[in-house]
Amino acid sequence: MTSADTLKGFKRDGRVVIVGASLAGLRAAEALRDEGFTGSLTMIGDELGEPYDRPPLSKQVLTGWVPAGGTTLPRRRDINAEWLLGVPADGLDLATNHVHLADGREVPFDRVLISTGVRARPWFVETEAALDGVFVVRTREHADGLQRALASGPSRVLVIGAGFTGSEIASICRERDIPVTVAELAPAPLVGALGAVIGDVAADMQRAHGVDLRCGVKVTQLEGDAQGRFHRAHFDDGSTIDADVAVVALGGIRNTEWLRDSGLAAGPWGIACDTGCRALDLNGLITDDIFVAGDVARCPNPIYEYRLISLEHWVNAVEQAQVAAHNMVSAQADRWPHLSIPTFWSIQFGVNIKSVGVPTFADEVVVTQGSVPDRRFVAAYGYQGRVTAAVSFNNAKWLDHYRQLIETAAPFPPPCPTPDEPVDAKPVPVDFPGPRLLAQGATVVVTGHDPGERRVTAAWQHR
Amino acid sequence: MTTTETPDILRRILDYSARADPYPLYAELRETPVALQEDGSYVISAYRELTGILHDPHLSSDVRHLSRPMAAAEARTTPSFINLDPPEHDRLRRLAMRHFGPPHTPGLVTGMEPDLTATVSGLIDDFAGKQQIDIVDDFAYPFPVTVICHLLGVPREDEPQFHVWVNAIIDSLDYDPRTDPKEKLDNGVQATTDLREYLGGLLEQRHGRPGDDLLTRLANDDGPDGRMTDDEIVSTANLLLIAGHETTVNLIANGMLTLLRHPRVLQRLRDEPDLIVPLVEELLRYEPPVHIIPWRAAYSDITVADTVIPKGSQIMLMLASGSRDPDRFHDPDRFDPDRQDNQHLGFGSGIHLCFGGPLARLETQIALTELVRRLDRPRLVADPPPYRPSPILRGPIHLHIEQSQ
Ligand SMILES: Cc1cc2nc3c(=O)[nH]c(=O)nc-3n(C[C@H](O)[C@H](O)[C@H](O)COP(=O)(O)OP(=O)(O)OC[C@H]3O[C@@H](n4cnc5c(N)ncnc54)[C@H](O)[C@@H]3O)c2cc1C
Repeated sequence: MTSADTLKGFKRDGRVVIVGASLAGLRAAEALRDEGFTGSLTMIGDELGEPYDRPPLSKQVLTGWVPAGGTTLPRRRDINAEWLLGVPADGLDLATNHVHLADGREVPFDRVLISTGVRARPWFVETEAALDGVFVVRTREHADGLQRALASGPSRVLVIGAGFTGSEIASICRERDIPVTVAELAPAPLVGALGAVIGDVAADMQRAHGVDLRCGVKVTQLEGDAQGRFHRAHFDDGSTIDADVAVVALGGIRNTEWLRDSGLAAGPWGIACDTGCRALDLNGLITDDIFVAGDVARCPNPIYEYRLISLEHWVNAVEQAQVAAHNMVSAQADRWPHLSIPTFWSIQFGVNIKSVGVPTFADEVVVTQGSVPDRRFVAAYGYQGRVTAAVSFNNAKWLDHYRQLIETAAPFPPPCPTPDEPVDAKPVPVDFPGPRLLAQGATVVVTGHDPGERRVTAAWQHR
Repeated sequence: MTTTETPDILRRILDYSARADPYPLYAELRETPVALQEDGSYVISAYRELTGILHDPHLSSDVRHLSRPMAAAEARTTPSFINLDPPEHDRLRRLAMRHFGPPHTPGLVTGMEPDLTATVSGLIDDFAGKQQIDIVDDFAYPFPVTVICHLLGVPREDEPQFHVWVNAIIDSLDYDPRTDPKEKLDNGVQATTDLREYLGGLLEQRHGRPGDDLLTRLANDDGPDGRMTDDEIVSTANLLLIAGHETTVNLIANGMLTLLRHPRVLQRLRDEPDLIVPLVEELLRYEPPVHIIPWRAAYSDITVADTVIPKGSQIMLMLASGSRDPDRFHDPDRFDPDRQDNQHLGFGSGIHLCFGGPLARLETQIALTELVRRLDRPRLVADPPPYRPSPILRGPIHLHIEQSQ
């Protein structure tokens, strides 16, 4: 049989298993059917219920605008799949091509897509994490619980961690007129993802909206009352604060433990793959039948020196799902690379924050347009003299331009004045707090070696 | 090198004889995506270059940044936000948007649906007994004009008067000192003054009065950005009135013409009314009402596709050409309402993306759906129909059709 025949046969009646039935998993399943895959499709997910969308969980759901159950992901087409929900996968056998489920079942596959994402990093003391009133926000159950706690009119909410999720939750508390304290180990909010310059802007924004923001401090203990309800938090400077609700927003942990014995290059930073979303094994070999997409993937990008990049971005999950699905049913020569430039958005304190590129991959930053005091501006990030990322506050419409600068490795700082030029447009060091903190609050982790190559030009993709 | 001198093609495009079908000329023009003209201005015609420059913060919409002053009547008045850059543009657009769209006024446009449908029905009722209908004069013109007058709070009875002014202004938009009589420009300048005076008069009556129309709201409301000055309100109203006049008219007329030229699509629309949404998007790509943004300025040197456009240069953006670029759209000269990934330039792109887009979409969706539903086997009387003079706001001046009785 030729390889073309094999592929045809696989497309007609092969077996695809998707582990992780959320955004990336669902979009990949739809794309597989769009690509003409008519074989069997099995969706394995440890959550019950239909796949749903997470970004609204820390936004519209917490304001009470949208019920937690109202974020079900729209179906773009019928996927005709078998759904195995409510039970986690706990192993992958590459020798026999089986997924093991925690309840003992074994699911055979010809090709598998892994999209198990991340889970919320829990509070580090289990008994304290279990107190009534202590929350994390990753699932709709979490969001539902927190929204009810907010609706009951708490005297104060403590948010631990001022990354994107924590800052969004603080913003909602203020919108609902609930007193809120934010504790952050770094010198400012969002520092892990966007650096100190933007962090300072975020700090001003929080304080201007009445957030009791405490930076450079560590929460050491969550104290409960006799009924097991959280009521006080202790800080490492000896101070305490009384609150009824604590939200632990310390980032995520990638769901890769179940792959420990699989032989895949899977670990705390995710599952390494090539730009075609094919997983690498422990030796760095490409496994041709194992694909990865979404928050759990670590994918190289030539713009960032082919370092393996993990992203917790919605758009990234959707795009990787599409590329992975396409490649699963395509011959070698027809495969697509996933080479897009990351984008991310957030809404907090009435400001729409959006980024392109990887801001952590930078040594300098400069405000290029608009006005920082007015909280409407664009800042460009540069690494060794080329533009690598940009962030906008209420100025998102310009970001396509910066995407182009990133793609063409345009010189940093971007030259020549624009009509809306800030008074002081001098590049300053980007000032990230270092890898220790990066792993805690960041939505992006860049890992890998540092080859001398600097200039890259993106190839235009034709689809 | 992408730059060569191609004054010839542009001149042929601007010439009236090209009005019925400029598309083959656009194709020729795209061979040089960034084309330097004899007078030092630049014409940009390919999709990627157009979207690139529309998002480029060095591109200015403020003609005061041109090194050679421009002639058009608009240059002589307080600019509206379409002719301003950030931060002024952002402030004025935000102030206007407060009363027109989300987040402060969500549902204004969708809430107009019953009224729009009623207006459309009324106009079509008047077709009864007529053998021949002019889709422009009898329908595509009166409909959006009624809507924009109502929205702004301009008395509908005054329409014939400002119709004359608007025509003179539109006529002067593409004023070319080399070929046009100075009278054309003078008429435009005079009409601009008259229209502004008229709107100023209306505005004066609105201060301190309650009311739901846009003029009254702009005159009385204080948002976080403060209030617009009277001059700014007049400029904004002036812009919305003119934009609401000519663009939607052309979109509807071009749409009906396109449907009559594609009877199978027309029949499909009759059978599946939901087709109207992607169909109008495809129309905005295939036969858009705005073909050209005639003057933008290079605020500093701008690099487009390896060509450096020097500071102060005039830049002409050929939007309709970009939407037919085969490097971006598969089989671009085919009208295909099922087209996927249809990111056309029909409403422009970037921060100046058409303010009235949502309203224009809804108006056109309702207008075409109702026309197709209620006209009985309509036929074109002349193909191509006669066109308006403007190469910028391009559309038929009349669109005569006959239907079975
Ligand atoms: C509160 C919140 C707000 C966000 N806001 C934004 C935003 O504003 N902008 C933005 O770009 N991104 C945002 N994100 C990130 C975005 O939601 C993620 O990038 C996206 O959900 C990733 O999708 P995914 O399918 O890769 O992973 P996930 O959504 O994490 O899905 C993984 C699924 O796999 C399941 N699973 C895990 N392990 C197993 C196993 N062993 N067996 C079976 N199933 C398993 C999980 O339970 C889960 O259902 C936000 C995320 C959160 C939590």
